[in-house]
Amino acid sequence: MADFVNGFWDYYISIITLLSIFGCGILLWSQSKHRVKAGAGATTGHVWDEDLTELNTPMPRWWMWLFYMTIVFALCYLVLYPGLGSYAGRLGWKSAGAYQSELKQAEAEYGPLFDKYAKQDLKTVAADPQARQIGERLFLTYCAQCHGSDARGGKGFPNLTDSDWLHGGEPATIKATIMHGRTGQMPPMGAALGSDKDIENVAHYVRSLSDLTTDPIKVAFGKTKFAACAACHGADGHGNQALGAPNLTDKVWLYGGSADTIMETIRKGRTNTMPAFEAFLGEPKVHVLAAYVWSLSNENGGEAAK
Amino acid sequence: MSDAAPRETVIKMYAAREEIYPRETKGRYASLRWACVWLTQIVFYGLPWLRWNDRQAILFDLGARKFYIFGVVLWPQDFIYLAALLIVCAFALFLVTAVAGRVWCGFACPQTVYTEIFMWIERRIEGARSARIRLDRQPWNADKIARKGTKHAAWFAVALWTGFSFAGYFTPMSTLMSEVSALRLGPWETFWILFYALATYGNAGWLREQVCKYMCPYARFQSSMFDKDTLIVTYDAKRGEPRGALGKAQGDCIDCGMCVQVCPTGIDIRKGLQYECISCAACVDACNSVMDKVERPRGLIRYSTEQALARGWSSAQVRARLLRPRVLIYTTLLALIGGALGAALALRTPLKLDVMRDRGAMGREVEDGVIENVYRLQVMNTAETAHTFRISVSGLPSIRLATTDMTKLDGASARAVAVRVQAPREGAKTGSNRIEFGLTAVDDPGLAVTEKAVFIVPKQ
Repeated sequence: MADFVNGFWDYYISIITLLSIFGCGILLWSQSKHRVKAGAGATTGHVWDEDLTELNTPMPRWWMWLFYMTIVFALCYLVLYPGLGSYAGRLGWKSAGAYQSELKQAEAEYGPLFDKYAKQDLKTVAADPQARQIGERLFLTYCAQCHGSDARGGKGFPNLTDSDWLHGGEPATIKATIMHGRTGQMPPMGAALGSDKDIENVAHYVRSLSDLTTDPIKVAFGKTKFAACAACHGADGHGNQALGAPNLTDKVWLYGGSADTIMETIRKGRTNTMPAFEAFLGEPKVHVLAAYVWSLSNENGGEAAK
Repeated sequence: MSDAAPRETVIKMYAAREEIYPRETKGRYASLRWACVWLTQIVFYGLPWLRWNDRQAILFDLGARKFYIFGVVLWPQDFIYLAALLIVCAFALFLVTAVAGRVWCGFACPQTVYTEIFMWIERRIEGARSARIRLDRQPWNADKIARKGTKHAAWFAVALWTGFSFAGYFTPMSTLMSEVSALRLGPWETFWILFYALATYGNAGWLREQVCKYMCPYARFQSSMFDKDTLIVTYDAKRGEPRGALGKAQGDCIDCGMCVQVCPTGIDIRKGLQYECISCAACVDACNSVMDKVERPRGLIRYSTEQALARGWSSAQVRARLLRPRVLIYTTLLALIGGALGAALALRTPLKLDVMRDRGAMGREVEDGVIENVYRLQVMNTAETAHTFRISVSGLPSIRLATTDMTKLDGASARAVAVRVQAPREGAKTGSNRIEFGLTAVDDPGLAVTEKAVFIVPKQ
């Protein structure tokens, strides 16, 4: 336990705690009897507001025993639970342990359900309405921060509801993506292509692949420079799912399709990370999630997952 | 007392409790108290057994965080009703106290009610007051062991049943019954049944008046609601004094001590109002029966007020003082809050809607310069029947939902629905625009809620 900067504070806290508890006991014991002058009468002798006096009526005795019991309780507590400096307590109770036991309980409750789906084929799971509902809840909890509640993504975060996949849209591929994460790397190509003019020309050529409005002269110049890009994106710009290189011929843009944005992508490159969820969620949950994500772009079996 | 050399004496600050043996009373107020015992206990023991549409009528399901009260299902979001209910209870207590003192304590408080039940058991097994005193003073023998043992066993049986009934408010009675008969009670249920049973047994069997004298917080601040016109149990000293044995007395009080013997807190009401008095009127019943025997008018000890005694008012004059500011203010506040609570519950829609904008994107542009925002609607159907709801959105020209506008929910369930809302740039200002979501049950247009939200239009 590195709660304190040095051992002194350990003793400091423990001693103050114990002294306070024993102090309460001594105070209680010393005040349980009073010496008064004989014939002092039934009041304590204090007078407030001219005529208000306090009777010397004794408190019930069980009340005093309750006080002593609280002291005994406090000492027992300090033996059993952490409370004295960095002493861990005989029971070894930790808040982390309490969290773990809650997790275990949830695992015992929902584990069998996930295990049932884990044995099924992903497409079978995707056709199961209950599984899709579970998947939807998991998605809204763990995925929606980046991909949006509607799974349509945003700038830099892929849309999961269309048929355009960076790494492939097969159920098993999607599961692999969620399990192990992905890193998307587009290197900065500015130096390789040459001047700003060249970069602009290539950007126009890339736009022409998706039939967007372009300057035909720039397109012609850009096409000659595209060889540097073809290594990953393919000679025809159809991309390469093995490398996670996007298809440049559809109208789907991860960062935007304006000439300026494309030029920036070429100049500076892009780095993108999908985190791995295997350690965090565990395979059974990822299995259900992958089936749900796949169902978003493949309407099959029953009503579509809304 | 000699004031010789000042000797010192030791005063103990804590003293053992002295056993009180209240004598049984019969009369108007005793009957009224028994009526209260019957009424409160039929309600308490009976409610968990009532059914309502194949579920328990009253069930506080802590695990599922739902409170079922007859036709109403309350969710955690409805906690405000509990607060209002507690306020209503508090003001009702203030009002009753201002008018009639500690009558709650004397007639309806669980402490009094269970003590009454336990004392009845005690009387059946150990006998009347004098027999009980004798039994406690005699040495232990077979008869004493048998009587005491039977009494505590009977007490504990009642206490256990009370604990069991209490647990039945939180775990359905049917479940509880089968678990008990199969000896498979959960740890928490076992704890609460035993805890509540022990509390009942300890409070009503052993502590009794000590609860009212030393523990009860209400007893501590009741005097702030009293005034000179509050009804209290009073001894009419003008009529009673000077007291003396029958035949020698000049006043009506014959000093028979009945009023002291019946008092559950062990005080002598003839000394005037004391904080221990719980307004149970046992002494009123006792004194009236004695007055009947000695052929004097009743009411030597009676419910009256400080003012009335001092000025010799009739009961009509006492009643006239009811309409004093303190009572009127408490009544008005109680009526207002109670009315508000009743109205709120009656007009409550069993449907809730929370809107959360997706924070990932501020708003995106789709085809033809149309702006799209994504929201997550948390739809909570708090009714117990399944409904299909239509989602609508309004607040901007040509605003529309781009996703399905229907969602189906089972009874007493919640779900998050992701919706996309689209509106053209024309007619909306850059930045945030106020819009409103609506949710209407398809089969019941009266079942509808609206919720405000914000639609963001990004800069061009």
